[in-house]
Amino acid sequence: MPGIWITTRAWLLMLPLLVVMIAVIGWPLVDTVRLSFTDAKLVGTAGGFVGLNNYAKMLGGSNFQRALMTTTWFAVVSVAAEMVLGVLAALLLNQQFRGRTALRALMILPWALPTVVNATLWRLIYNPEYGALNAALTQIGLLDSYRSWLGEPASALTALIVADCWKNFPLVALIALAALQAVPRDITAAALVDGAGPFNRFRYVIMPYLAGPLLVALVLRTIEAFKVFDIIWVMTRGGPANSTRTLSILVYQEAFSFQRAGSGASLALIVTLLVTILAVAYAALLRKAAGAS
Amino acid sequence: MERQNPFFTAFVYASALLLAIVILAPLAWLFVMSISSAADLSAKPLNWWPDEIDLSRYRALLSTIENTAGAAFVASLLNSLTVAGMATLAAIAVAIPAAWAVSRTPTVSWSLFAVIATYMLPPVALAVPLYMGLAYLGLLNSVFGLALVYLTILAPFTTWLLKSGFDSIPREIESAAMIDGARLDQILRLLTLPLAAPVMATSALFAFLLAWDEFFYALLFTSDLRAKTLTVAIADLAGGRVSDYGLIATAGVLAALPPVLIGLVMQRALISGLTSGGVKG
Repeated sequence: MPGIWITTRAWLLMLPLLVVMIAVIGWPLVDTVRLSFTDAKLVGTAGGFVGLNNYAKMLGGSNFQRALMTTTWFAVVSVAAEMVLGVLAALLLNQQFRGRTALRALMILPWALPTVVNATLWRLIYNPEYGALNAALTQIGLLDSYRSWLGEPASALTALIVADCWKNFPLVALIALAALQAVPRDITAAALVDGAGPFNRFRYVIMPYLAGPLLVALVLRTIEAFKVFDIIWVMTRGGPANSTRTLSILVYQEAFSFQRAGSGASLALIVTLLVTILAVAYAALLRKAAGAS
Repeated sequence: MERQNPFFTAFVYASALLLAIVILAPLAWLFVMSISSAADLSAKPLNWWPDEIDLSRYRALLSTIENTAGAAFVASLLNSLTVAGMATLAAIAVAIPAAWAVSRTPTVSWSLFAVIATYMLPPVALAVPLYMGLAYLGLLNSVFGLALVYLTILAPFTTWLLKSGFDSIPREIESAAMIDGARLDQILRLLTLPLAAPVMATSALFAFLLAWDEFFYALLFTSDLRAKTLTVAIADLAGGRVSDYGLIATAGVLAALPPVLIGLVMQRALISGLTSGGVKG
């Protein structure tokens, strides 16, 4: 049977990948599940079975609830801002003007900048004693005295969101720009001749082309933002007063700083479940959008 | 064509200028910090451009004299290159046959969804067993151990990119060669893989950038010069008691240089890759 042979051949060709994925993803994931039901420590004791104790302790704790709120706020605000700024930048880059190609090339720079370098750069900009933000704002008279942007719970999370947006909105802009360039010129011209105003042209002529790619960008960015660790670790380590402690930071602290592998694993699985729910909900949304257009 | 009124044109240029400033100002400041003297950087009001250009930090960081900041930086640079290089090669090697098989065999195409789904997993879900496993194998604080762990990210990612690359090569070419009596290994070696070379190069580049950027696993699994990567070294500098902000900025410039240059040179390929797959967060 050639059909069976072709399927078998396909599995044989996939074998190296499958072995690697089982070794570095499949086994660790299963072992995380096992650990989450034990009181194992990271080093030393293997720990005994404790049932759902870890889950009850983590879900009921105020640390988890606060970290969930912080993560949600970070993800919603930064992704929303990235979408709006990205679409505005794309609409601009879709106009004819001198220097447009160069400006589009610049947009690749924040994306290419390593996340840790971006975090370091903004940490320097926000520096309470010598930072450029303090210097600029005081020199133009908007600020009376230097502030500790990352040192005050009231401003730290917002400062992080700004740094994250700066790195990621250009990606959304490039995706949106590619979608805008797929809008046929004669359709926009016809809408103009028919007397459609700028808002109506955007809503009824351009938006149908933008919606699909933007939704994909929204999905990927939200999931990334929900998993955020690097930028926060480098800029604030979750502080001050835990005001920027997201779920990934909390898992890191539980499993590695406090070496409680068991409860850390249960927390990690709760985060995984939340990300999965997000992904599934978005997949349904994408399918609905694909069906509608 | 729409005749632009002058106000609209002025508005477009003003917005373009604003966007250029927003993008460039932080990057330019990173560079200025790296060439300013410590006195300029701690001056109040701040000196936005140094009185004298100071390149000493570049010399310091790129020197290999033992037990200096430079030696540590160069070691981490080499570690980053080694880990990213090894992980990329290994990922591409396992991804090529798998991606081709998925692309040409409809009966197994569902397995690609399983592969992509793992890409959504938060690293924290794997970190604890990976840590214990590496400790057991004696691979903590080792470039080999870290490269192995990076396959969790790079293997699914490159399979996904390569699969869409193989999809764009018409399978009719392969079946024509098959009818002419070519064996499968000949078809792949002489026909498909050469045609897929550009896609493989782009995938490898993306994978390398991803590994170069990685921080979480490197932070957990490396502890000293033997394996510490550039991202961890920079985070150490930023979070440590280094009082010379210019030095931190210089390390940032040097770490950013390879991906930024790749980004600018490969613009076209990157943009088409980004827009078709919505690659990387």
